[in-house]
Amino acid sequence: MIEAGFFYLFGGMAILSALGVIISGNTMYSVMWLILCFFNASGLFFLLGAEFLGIILILIYVGAVMVLFMFVIMMLEVNKTAKREGWLQYLPVGGMIALILFIELVAAATSGIFTTDKMAMMSHYGGEVNNTVEIGKVLYTELLLGFEIAAIILLVALVGSIVLTLRERQDAKYQNISEQVKARKEDRLRKVSM
Amino acid sequence: MSSVYDFIGGLVGFGLLEGTIQVLIWALEILAIAVPVALTVAYTTYAERRVIGWIQVRQGCNRVGPYGLLQPLADGLKLFMKETIIPARANKFLFVAAPVMALTPAMLAFAVVPFGETSLFGFWDEPHVMAIANLNVGILYIMAISSLAIYGILMAGWASNSKYALIGAIRATSQMISYEIAMGFSIVCVLILAGSLGLSDIVHAQDGGILHWYFIPLFPMFIVYFISGAAETNRSPFDLPEGEAELVAGFFVEYSGMWFAIFALAEYAAMILIALMTSILFLGGWHPPFEFLSFIPGTVWLLLKTSMLIFVFIWFRATFPRYRYDQVMRLGWKVFLPWTLAWIAVIGLATYAEQIHENLSFISDVIGFYQPWR
Amino acid sequence: MNLIKRHLKTWLLWELVMGLALTGRYLFKKKITVQYPEERTPLSPRFRGLHALRRYENGEERCIACKLCEVACPALAITIESEERADGSRRTTRYDIDMTKCIFCGFCVEACPVDAIVETQEFEYASETREALYYNKDMLLEVGKRYEPQIARNLASDARYQ
Repeated sequence: MIEAGFFYLFGGMAILSALGVIISGNTMYSVMWLILCFFNASGLFFLLGAEFLGIILILIYVGAVMVLFMFVIMMLEVNKTAKREGWLQYLPVGGMIALILFIELVAAATSGIFTTDKMAMMSHYGGEVNNTVEIGKVLYTELLLGFEIAAIILLVALVGSIVLTLRERQDAKYQNISEQVKARKEDRLRKVSM
Repeated sequence: MSSVYDFIGGLVGFGLLEGTIQVLIWALEILAIAVPVALTVAYTTYAERRVIGWIQVRQGCNRVGPYGLLQPLADGLKLFMKETIIPARANKFLFVAAPVMALTPAMLAFAVVPFGETSLFGFWDEPHVMAIANLNVGILYIMAISSLAIYGILMAGWASNSKYALIGAIRATSQMISYEIAMGFSIVCVLILAGSLGLSDIVHAQDGGILHWYFIPLFPMFIVYFISGAAETNRSPFDLPEGEAELVAGFFVEYSGMWFAIFALAEYAAMILIALMTSILFLGGWHPPFEFLSFIPGTVWLLLKTSMLIFVFIWFRATFPRYRYDQVMRLGWKVFLPWTLAWIAVIGLATYAEQIHENLSFISDVIGFYQPWR
Repeated sequence: MNLIKRHLKTWLLWELVMGLALTGRYLFKKKITVQYPEERTPLSPRFRGLHALRRYENGEERCIACKLCEVACPALAITIESEERADGSRRTTRYDIDMTKCIFCGFCVEACPVDAIVETQEFEYASETREALYYNKDMLLEVGKRYEPQIARNLASDARYQ
């Protein structure tokens, strides 16, 4: 009973805050709503007994990704008037995407794959299953190839973005720290007899 | 914990009363952690002023009460009396919410910190871990919650509508994100040795005297974690977000009175948390360094180690000049990150050395000394 | 060898440890703070503190209202008005020093031909109102009366350098 209550609380809050993301006029508030949405999603993970995923969701999305979002938004000059312009123009495409997503969701929900008896609830294995250990085992055995490919793709993206934005400036002076650390008093000071 | 609930539940019968008592016990547990933490935060400011004073051949605050011990209370009273000024063009809601957002994660993180083990003078048959929630992903929880502290700073910087605050917030954010990575990786080394994400399991893995503590095999990581902790909490010598020389006071320039004090409280709470975590992860938690000293309760040992580390933080502040910003970033990304990655590889390879070649099995034997899960 | 030593120093954070050792030593040094209300630093006889107007030993005011101090004052803190007294001597009717303006340069003391205006070693005259810092003739004479032994001592000790 209490679990169901919490489920509806987290689910409802997640939907409300997701609505808040697209409705709110201030971009900063949108980010806040999105953070709240992630929190509620992680609450849902906790309810399912997947505490590892719940914490990781907060750690990665709230703790890192959204911070960078906020970082970028803080530096933008948000123009409030121009934002609502031309929304009719995008309505057909947006509506179509929303419709397709909705149909997909309904199809998935009614297909019978995601029924409660097929979901890997903790209760199916008894209380002694350690989520972290199980996820680790699966990731490094069955799903190793996919896991490594995803890691490589992320690394390539990381290196790529650095390469794209890095430019060597000819006029800038760079510090060579190891040279500085190597310097000794004897190298720089000269005793002069007056 | 559940047995005590059952015990009290059996005494008073079941139903609503049991629920009420459970909630009461939770509230007591939370108070038992939150109140001492708040007091410690207050007296850490006193300790900092005294110790820095002594190092600078001064007396420090010694006027209010005996040895100046009432100084934190006087400070608090003064800050409560002061007017809270909200800048005219600030975003009022976020401006007021920001200090709360900064303090809440710092206090929340204490929920999973195990302060020791107790059998409550023989009330329980086996010792229970003294923590509000003994999560089995405790270390991840601490990482996740402490990464939320950035939001308070970001919101403060943005909502103040001031260039200094904004630059301070940007500095704080990039610094905290950078050092969180180094911290995370140095924790990974601990996890490889302990084989668990639970804080109490990590402490149990270091049972058996000072030789079993993780700062010996992971000495570089111990240093990296501690220094990254200083950077993560914006402590000197990494207090660039509030660098008064160029940013007036950084992200909290526009704050005054109690709202300003809350930022300071959050900083000190985070510092205490880092000290606690360092002593749990690397200095054996509540275990005494030698067996014959085990008559002193474990909690005392933990708090002793923690206060020693807090002293080192203060000592750092009195000793080192502030870093230049690009050097802070360089230290985080070009020194700490490669070191932590290299040490993960070293520890990982050492763990499975015997599977690489039979002759290398002595390496995994040595490292196996620290790995109770093998 | 040198290379090894250097790397060892770098990776053991040797310089930082040395810095910490230095501050650690200072932690136990004797503290040099003067605990003000209980302990005080010695004051020079030339210390320039609160002003005082002096009298001769027979009780006559020294000030002859020459107004040299008023002219010398760079902060325009001194205001003097004078009149002929019944016995025909020239004396001040008003001698005000605005302590909120005074910069304690001591020019008035140097200008005074009769050692009437002097500066005492008193510096604890802070008040909660501005009005209490506007010193008039009576207040200055009162200060002079209170600190006369100290003033005389300081003048005597400094006399041969004047």
